[in-house]
Amino acid sequence: MNEAIRHIRTISKRELISYFSSPVAYVFIVIFLILCGFFTLNIGRFFESNQATLAAFFFYLPWLYLFLVPAIGMRLWSEERRMGTMELLLTMPVTSWRAILGKFLASWLFLALALVLTFPLVITVNYLGDPDNGMIVSGYVGGILLSGGFLAVGSMTSALTRNQVVSFILSVIICLFLILAGFAPVTEMLEDKVPWLIDLVSSFSVMTHYYGMQRGVINLRDVIFFLSLIVFALFCTGVIIRSHRA
Amino acid sequence: MINVDNLTKSFGSKVAVDNVSFNVERGEVLGFLGPNGAGKSTTMRMVTGYFPPNDGSVVIGGFNMVENALEARRLMGYLPENGPLYADMTVYNFLDFAAELRGFSGIEKRKAIHRVVEMCFLESVLHQSIDTLSKGYRHRTCFAQAVIHDPDILIMDEPTDGLDPNQKHEIRMLIKRMGENKAIIFSTHILEEVEAACSRVIIIDRGKIVANGTPAELKGRSPIAGAVRLRVGSHALEQIKEQLSPLPGVRRLEAFKDEAGRELLRVFPQKETGDGELASLISETAKKSDWRIEELHTEEGRLDEVFRDITISDTE
Ligand SMILES: Nc1ncnc2c1ncn2[C@@H]1O[C@H](COP(=O)(O)OP(=O)(O)O)[C@@H](O)[C@H]1O
Ligand SMILES: [Mg+2]
Repeated sequence: MNEAIRHIRTISKRELISYFSSPVAYVFIVIFLILCGFFTLNIGRFFESNQATLAAFFFYLPWLYLFLVPAIGMRLWSEERRMGTMELLLTMPVTSWRAILGKFLASWLFLALALVLTFPLVITVNYLGDPDNGMIVSGYVGGILLSGGFLAVGSMTSALTRNQVVSFILSVIICLFLILAGFAPVTEMLEDKVPWLIDLVSSFSVMTHYYGMQRGVINLRDVIFFLSLIVFALFCTGVIIRSHRA
Repeated sequence: MINVDNLTKSFGSKVAVDNVSFNVERGEVLGFLGPNGAGKSTTMRMVTGYFPPNDGSVVIGGFNMVENALEARRLMGYLPENGPLYADMTVYNFLDFAAELRGFSGIEKRKAIHRVVEMCFLESVLHQSIDTLSKGYRHRTCFAQAVIHDPDILIMDEPTDGLDPNQKHEIRMLIKRMGENKAIIFSTHILEEVEAACSRVIIIDRGKIVANGTPAELKGRSPIAGAVRLRVGSHALEQIKEQLSPLPGVRRLEAFKDEAGRELLRVFPQKETGDGELASLISETAKKSDWRIEELHTEEGRLDEVFRDITISDTE
């Protein structure tokens, strides 16, 4: 067990070294922060609304993640397969789940770091008014869980193909489904047509489970949903990787 | 130390490796020879546990590759085909990563890295990013990774591919030296490589083992092995032929021209003629008849002929 943790840490560290030794990581963070600021302050009509909240920020976050998280996830395994390093990694004395988890955790940590770097927004609203900081914290927790869920999907699609573009598109499609299944306009439409299906469909949606945290309520069931999504997608990653070798 | 038993692997309907068995013990260097597409890489991927076999078993130092994969892998180092590397890391970071996965930490880790850096002459590029390295350095970096834990078992897929002749020579000498106390398998399609570094050769073709023996044994299978090559400056070929053919021990004579266009004679011995007997017989005859011998030697046989004889090229 001890050894498993050491291996996971080593693999995560390597992944992060790779991120930060190329400009991609910095470019990503800058783009992410600019978009966050743009959606929150501009599109969210932050200054006109006269309310010191980050509601707009947390409302747009899933849509930002829809494109930005697959951009991080797409290289996870496609790159390893294309470069042949997967053979190197998986013939080391490590099990494949250590490798899958190690790579996933590194990217998740990176995404969490990017999210944490939006803290100037928090300072701004606190300076301008008197926001509900508990709600903000729970929103951040929701954001981190959401990015983990999308990232695990990205890990799965990147194991499917050595082409990063294909991996990106597949994972955007799946994540879009995970959003839309619980997105208010869609569920309202479903309510008219097939009311009996609505609970089932929306229970699969990340939005249903992100909603509470956006409102300041961290529900154990919602946390378990995101963790199950992650575990399931990573398990699929393992199955796919194994099937390539068989 | 490496026991491979009835290994079989198919991709779809194509059988890439067909019932391959062999053993390699400590102190042996096994050369895996075969044309492109013969199944060398696929076999090595099964030996290293990257591909699960469809049938058969791999046992490494007593550990079964399916049931005890981690224990088995701990004992070996692997240099995959084309030496894959994480291009965006520095050489040092990469070796540090490999050392940690091999269980090293702290001062032990630094020692292990230092050892392979010295052995593979990587000092000058240690903090350079891998994607800026020349092919030779990249290859050595991947090689360093394979031996960082000084493994008892070393598996290398075309370790000299893409290197210049000096680097090839260096790697061969390294393999030979390490082979004295390790069990090594390496694949190649270069024949001289096998002669230079291996204690045993397996020739594989279309997934099947078609020959298994020492380089000398295999060369002995060549049709010209044991024949004497003779060039005489002073007399006509016909005259020499006449004198040699009635001799006991001579089975057949064959005239041919070498690359420079000079006429030579190849004398094939009878089956029962011992090693070197034919050459001394010819030199005695030459002395008596006052020939001026310009060249006389017993052929060892040629691996490339044997190779061509028993393998079928991919292009056919
Ligand atoms: N992953 C794979 N999927 C399908 N076919 C493969 C795969 N790997 C190898 N092959 C096929 O198996 C055969 C043996 O390949 P390989 O072991 O790479 O040969 P070698 O290394 O001797 O050149 C080839 O015909 C190759 O096309
Ligand atoms: Mg090959």
